[in-house]
Amino acid sequence: MSDATQIAASAPAPVATAESPQPTAVAPGTGAAAIKILARDVNVFYGDKHALKHVDLDINEHQVTALIGPSGCGKSTFLRCLNRMNDVIDGCRVVGSIKLDKADIYDTSLDVVQLRARVGMVFQKPNPFPKSIYDNVAYGPRIHGIAHNKADLDEIVHRSLERAGLIKEVHDRLDSPGTGLSGGQQQRLCIARAIAVNPEVILMDEPCSALDPIATARIEELIDELRENFTIVIVTHSMQQAARVSQRTAFFHLGDLVEVGDTEQIFTNPKDGRTQGYITGRFG
Amino acid sequence: MTDSSPTIASALFDWNSPRMRGRFVARHKADRRLQIYGLTAIGTAVLLIAILIGSLVASGYHSFVQTHVSFEVFVDPSKVSADAPEKGNYRNIVRDSFTAAFPDATSPRDKRALTDILTADAPYIIRDRVVADPSLIGRRFEITMPVSDPFDQFEKGVIPRDVPEEQRKVSDKQIVWFDALVAQDRITTPFNTGLFLNADSRFPELAGLAGAIVGSFYALLVCFLISFPVGIAAAVYLEEFARKGRWSDILEVNINNLAAVPSVVFGLLGLAVFLNFFGMPRSTPLVGGMVLSLMTLPTIIIATRAALKAVPPSIREAALGIGASKHQVILHHVLPLAMPGILTGTIIGMAQALGETAPLLLIGMNAFITSPPGGVLESATALPTQIFIWADSPERGFVARTSAAILVLIGFLIAMNLVAVVMRKRFERRW
Amino acid sequence: MVDQHIVRQFDEELDELRATIAQMGGLVEQQVVDAMAAIARRDDLLARRCQEADVEIDAMEDKVEALTLRMLALRQPVALDLRAILAALKIAHNLERMGDYAKNVAKRASALAHLPEVGAVNGIVRMGRLTHGIIKDVLDAYAEPNVDKAVTAWTRDQEIDQMYNSLFRELLTYMMEDPRNITACTHLLFVAKNIERIGDHATNIAETVYFQEKGTRLQGMRPKGDRTSYAVVTPPEADEAS
Repeated sequence: MSDATQIAASAPAPVATAESPQPTAVAPGTGAAAIKILARDVNVFYGDKHALKHVDLDINEHQVTALIGPSGCGKSTFLRCLNRMNDVIDGCRVVGSIKLDKADIYDTSLDVVQLRARVGMVFQKPNPFPKSIYDNVAYGPRIHGIAHNKADLDEIVHRSLERAGLIKEVHDRLDSPGTGLSGGQQQRLCIARAIAVNPEVILMDEPCSALDPIATARIEELIDELRENFTIVIVTHSMQQAARVSQRTAFFHLGDLVEVGDTEQIFTNPKDGRTQGYITGRFG
Repeated sequence: MTDSSPTIASALFDWNSPRMRGRFVARHKADRRLQIYGLTAIGTAVLLIAILIGSLVASGYHSFVQTHVSFEVFVDPSKVSADAPEKGNYRNIVRDSFTAAFPDATSPRDKRALTDILTADAPYIIRDRVVADPSLIGRRFEITMPVSDPFDQFEKGVIPRDVPEEQRKVSDKQIVWFDALVAQDRITTPFNTGLFLNADSRFPELAGLAGAIVGSFYALLVCFLISFPVGIAAAVYLEEFARKGRWSDILEVNINNLAAVPSVVFGLLGLAVFLNFFGMPRSTPLVGGMVLSLMTLPTIIIATRAALKAVPPSIREAALGIGASKHQVILHHVLPLAMPGILTGTIIGMAQALGETAPLLLIGMNAFITSPPGGVLESATALPTQIFIWADSPERGFVARTSAAILVLIGFLIAMNLVAVVMRKRFERRW
Repeated sequence: MVDQHIVRQFDEELDELRATIAQMGGLVEQQVVDAMAAIARRDDLLARRCQEADVEIDAMEDKVEALTLRMLALRQPVALDLRAILAALKIAHNLERMGDYAKNVAKRASALAHLPEVGAVNGIVRMGRLTHGIIKDVLDAYAEPNVDKAVTAWTRDQEIDQMYNSLFRELLTYMMEDPRNITACTHLLFVAKNIERIGDHATNIAETVYFQEKGTRLQGMRPKGDRTSYAVVTPPEADEAS
């Protein structure tokens, strides 16, 4: 008996089992990523308008998650919930639970100022402060007391500019005004400013929509490099950008989170018809 | 329809038909008409201003020069003693020294008439010189001093020669003596620095604006020190912290209305509250400044709010996004960017306060003082109230000086507004 | 997809792609029918016409390739559209191969026309008919599109393989019986092989249609029934020989 089983085991099986049983397997390579931000049943109201409905979304650590959808679908609203920037809008009410590393960010004991240092934001239109390049990057560390002395601050500024891919272009003019740079450089300066406070998450609200294609490509490359050290959530109008840059994609439509999945799966075989309709350009 | 004209080909529309051409002509005519209306309006405004300034200049330009006479003074030691130089009989000294050059003035009446050519302050001027330098006793020295107001007006041609003697203030004899002085080259008409360096005086030839300028300065200083911080703080609170709602709307309406309240009401308020209730000293720049600050406060609040609103929200968002707390956003980013607008509004508010007359009159800043105030608690006048006082005086000299004072005030106002405009242009940012 | 693209021209290009494939499929179908008829009727003229017609099929594959290249470059297709375009490319390739095999069958038909008849021809013709049915089903499945038809056609490939197995053995026995049959039977062997290959390609098309619609591959491996690689036929006993 044992001989037979041995032979059977060693003989090449005529029916291959190379294909896994499920058609849509877990995307290879991602493994089991830790969850950085956990959003459950998030609803946002602007006055009476129900802008975001029952959103459940996990943001994985050290990955780029893209939020796509037509105008007014709620993706920017959701993004701004993650660092409580919606607090400054009158009449905006956020209901539900958003946890950063298992701590609810809307808990009253959590300091908003500290949250915004841990969850940084880059905006659509580059908005450097009307100060020098050095002061732009140094502002965050200064107000949070991250640097102990000038040498520390110099190092932080230098390192942030380097990580943002800007140091070569500005190393000899750190005192010139930040607003004197080109659009793409300004956006990279804003990214340097955001990473100077060593955040854990970086939120990007359509960061390339005001930039030309070359500047856009450089920022996309930068996002890929930053992924190693930060968790990134990016809202984008361009599906091609979402496809290029992200590992997970979430599709929003009219306030609902329609579908979320691995980017490759979303763009080759989305499960929901609305997702398919949007990304193939059948409605928008 | 020529072949060479570039027509815009269209199957449905003929741009070159007579009807269309007529329409183009009519539209161009309407353009021209609008231009002409605008030019006419501006022309009218400029004309009115020119008339105003022109009439002021015409009546006031005299005051910018002052007729002086120079003569030799002999300090008779018999009239003055060295150990009490301030107690000498300087009136006699002046009379004797001045009349020494005119041997035909022998009677006391004549001598008095001759001495009337000099300013009434002549003895005091000589006295001050001798007190400052007692070694002048027994010596002769040359002195130049203003002539009295009638002769100043006579020299300037305001008092004509050809009317009968009863109708003018200078007698024929005095004219003869005066012409003699002119022939001797002793009459000069230099620029009237006294207008700016002297305080008010009974005598027009000696009256100046120094007291009023210093008084205005102190009043404006007090006004600035009160209204600038209070105004900015109030505006920052209203703009950044106050919750938008019915109460903030009511507050906003009230502040805007406060800017439209007639200034005389503020004067009454100052009179009733500051002077009567609190018993503060009358006529002082302190009270004047406080009343002016009540008037300037709404202007500064409104200007500051506009400047704060003009700071683009992207800067605030950037600062918030980096983790700045509310006060850091305001102090580090919003206020510095709004400062040019705030300062412009403040300067304009100050310029307005400079020209306010009614409230200062009501709190008594029209005191007659003969020396500039030393501090905010001393009685003083301000430029507009000084103008008011001089306008009331009958002497011819004051007529001209009133116009001159108005021109000086306008000059200050223009200068301040110019500074505001230049600042606004320099710091204007294009987002 | 029921909905139309916002950009109308995209839909027009996709329609053109589908129409070209349908046209190509029709041509290939006709080729197979003609080639089998040439075999059955020993019609040399038909065979020659069939061989010449293959050029059209090649030209259509070039057209499909150009269209897909253009659409990939200019439209950045994703999801369903991307799968449809890739599917069209693969199917065009499969159809072109099927056309080539049909041409080969036609060539052999010319040869067979000049050789003595062999009884196994009937089996070949039946196999051809079965294959034609599968081709028709698969092309319908693409045109509608209909996933179930595709899956059904996919499973029927087994029948062709089984027929091929038995034909193989039959032809071997014919050859062993009478050496004069060898030339004709050898030709028929190749014809059978070609038809079996046509069937395989039709099955590929079925798999591609499934992928286009579902986005996943058909589960498991295709049930291969082709055992001819292991076929061993022993000659009949000496006393059985006639």
